Amino acid sequence: MQISDILSFSLRAATANRSRTLLMLLAMTIGVSSVVVLISLGDSARRYVIGEFAALGTNLLVVLPGRSETTGGPPPLLGETPRDLTLNDAMALSRTATVRRIAPIIAGSAPVSVGHLEREMLVIGGTSELFEIRHLSLSQGSFLPPGDSTKAQAVCVIGMTGRQELFGRQPALGQWLRIGDRRFRVIGVLASSTVSLGEDLGEMVIIPVAAAQSLFNTSSLFRILVEATSPEGMEQTRQFILETIRDRHEGEDDVTVITQDAVLTTFDRIFKALTLSVAGIAAISLVVAGIMIMNVMLVAVSNRRAEIGLLKALGASRRQILTLFLTESTLLSLTGAGIGLILALFGMRLAAFLFPQFPLQLAPWASAIALAVALITGIIFGLLPARQAAELEPALALARR
Amino acid sequence: MIKLQRIERVFQVGDEQIQGLSDVSMTADAGEYIAIMGPSGSGKSSLLNILGLLDRPDGGSYELDGILVSELNEKEQARIRRHKIGFVFQFFHLVPRLTAFDNIALPLMLSGMKQEERQTRVTAALAAFGLGNRAQHRPDQLSGGQRQRVAIARATIMQPAVILADEPTGNLDRHAGIEVAEILEELNRQGITLILVTHDPDLGRRAHRQIRMVDGRINHDSSHNKI
Repeated sequence: MQISDILSFSLRAATANRSRTLLMLLAMTIGVSSVVVLISLGDSARRYVIGEFAALGTNLLVVLPGRSETTGGPPPLLGETPRDLTLNDAMALSRTATVRRIAPIIAGSAPVSVGHLEREMLVIGGTSELFEIRHLSLSQGSFLPPGDSTKAQAVCVIGMTGRQELFGRQPALGQWLRIGDRRFRVIGVLASSTVSLGEDLGEMVIIPVAAAQSLFNTSSLFRILVEATSPEGMEQTRQFILETIRDRHEGEDDVTVITQDAVLTTFDRIFKALTLSVAGIAAISLVVAGIMIMNVMLVAVSNRRAEIGLLKALGASRRQILTLFLTESTLLSLTGAGIGLILALFGMRLAAFLFPQFPLQLAPWASAIALAVALITGIIFGLLPARQAAELEPALALARR
Repeated sequence: MIKLQRIERVFQVGDEQIQGLSDVSMTADAGEYIAIMGPSGSGKSSLLNILGLLDRPDGGSYELDGILVSELNEKEQARIRRHKIGFVFQFFHLVPRLTAFDNIALPLMLSGMKQEERQTRVTAALAAFGLGNRAQHRPDQLSGGQRQRVAIARATIMQPAVILADEPTGNLDRHAGIEVAEILEELNRQGITLILVTHDPDLGRRAHRQIRMVDGRINHDSSHNKI
């Protein structure tokens, strides 16, 4: 038989009984669209989180004080104090070719006031390089000036929300505000408030790191952000950081270095696992659809016994009958999958329209998976009825009704 | 052309074994016109099924056109059915969703013939059987006689050597029945071997040779009288 004949014969057989066809299509459509939508939602969530992390900066290493390993043995004779991560430690880290920038950070919360208005805000002590590393942008003025980071200049850059709350319609640039018991001059305003990893940049005031040290009366850094020159240099930089800190801290490995990569990979893994498990649950509906197809095809085979017997009498081999019935169930499941896919596409479009803040879109590989699964479902669940048709004894099948 | 030797066919019905055919031997030459007759349950349909390769005998051998077809596998038997045998049934067995044209084209489609060639062959067949203006009608839009003519056109489209007809007039009124019988006889005159199974003594008498079956055996064969 020619392929075009197989297709047209099966298509006509499939569409001969409308309600049966519609039922099968419905089952397959629901199965496929739920799988595609759930995979796409999971994938969108993954890309959202990854995107948030990537926005932090590229080739980033984060140095945290304290170590993440267990040491044991008897308590030391002399009391061991944890060594702080200091500004000098941070400076030492810049002395290698694989490091492009470093940004020591101190973070804390302090009341910020202008006149009678006072507001509790997140105060970040940083350097000029923080601007580049965190991919910040300004709407007005300039960022912290470059230069000696140990000098506590009384300048600050304020977030948009803070600026509006404290200054209202008045110009903020060049004005003085008070953080705790110190005065700072506003030299810049961050671009309109964006949320980055849950930190509202709008609620932030950035001051020179040395000023933050005296403001919070501490020499200890909250963390150091290190930007490597290239992704390949990440591991080398990590080693360099660990060695440098060990040298400076009397041979103790008392910092933790997190690479952005490791964080990204972990999140990637978590979300992929989540997406897969959700897709697995949705796949149950595909199995239900498959059983539906099998059921309907079994009924079709018993309804069309005479036709099968006739085809055999006309010289159709077992194989041809098998092919015809398999094609029929596969066509039905593929059509259902196609409709399901379109439905899922519109569903995701609608979701993206309703929730524009999330990057909701159809996962590109979801369609491929759904079509493949539909194809496999059609074939596997169509096989039993098709075999039953092929094995039918022609003499019995043609026997008078 | 047809040579059956000691054919046995046993059916299993529940615990009981029923001897459908026992020790049936017969021969038929090319171009013969044979009626197989007998009461119901006598095994005439079983015999026709064996002749049409729709059923396998439990014993004995069957030779068709010099080929020992009883030894062939399923696929080869399908080929023989397709090319050498045409079937006409009491209940027509047309595919209800297909037009007269497509029903007649079915054997050609199964054999993988190209669309254009099919078109000319089927159009010619429709005209030959007086169905030229019924090509796009579905079976439920045709009369009984027309349906059986479509079925005969389908049975002959592959130019088979044998036509096996199981009660071809059994579901038709007298007039349409005679018409169908005449069409089949005309085909026989053109050289096709015609074997039909019938209850109807009038139809049976028209055949050149009568085989009477009783209890799965050939009880009487008119050709033996002539010898």
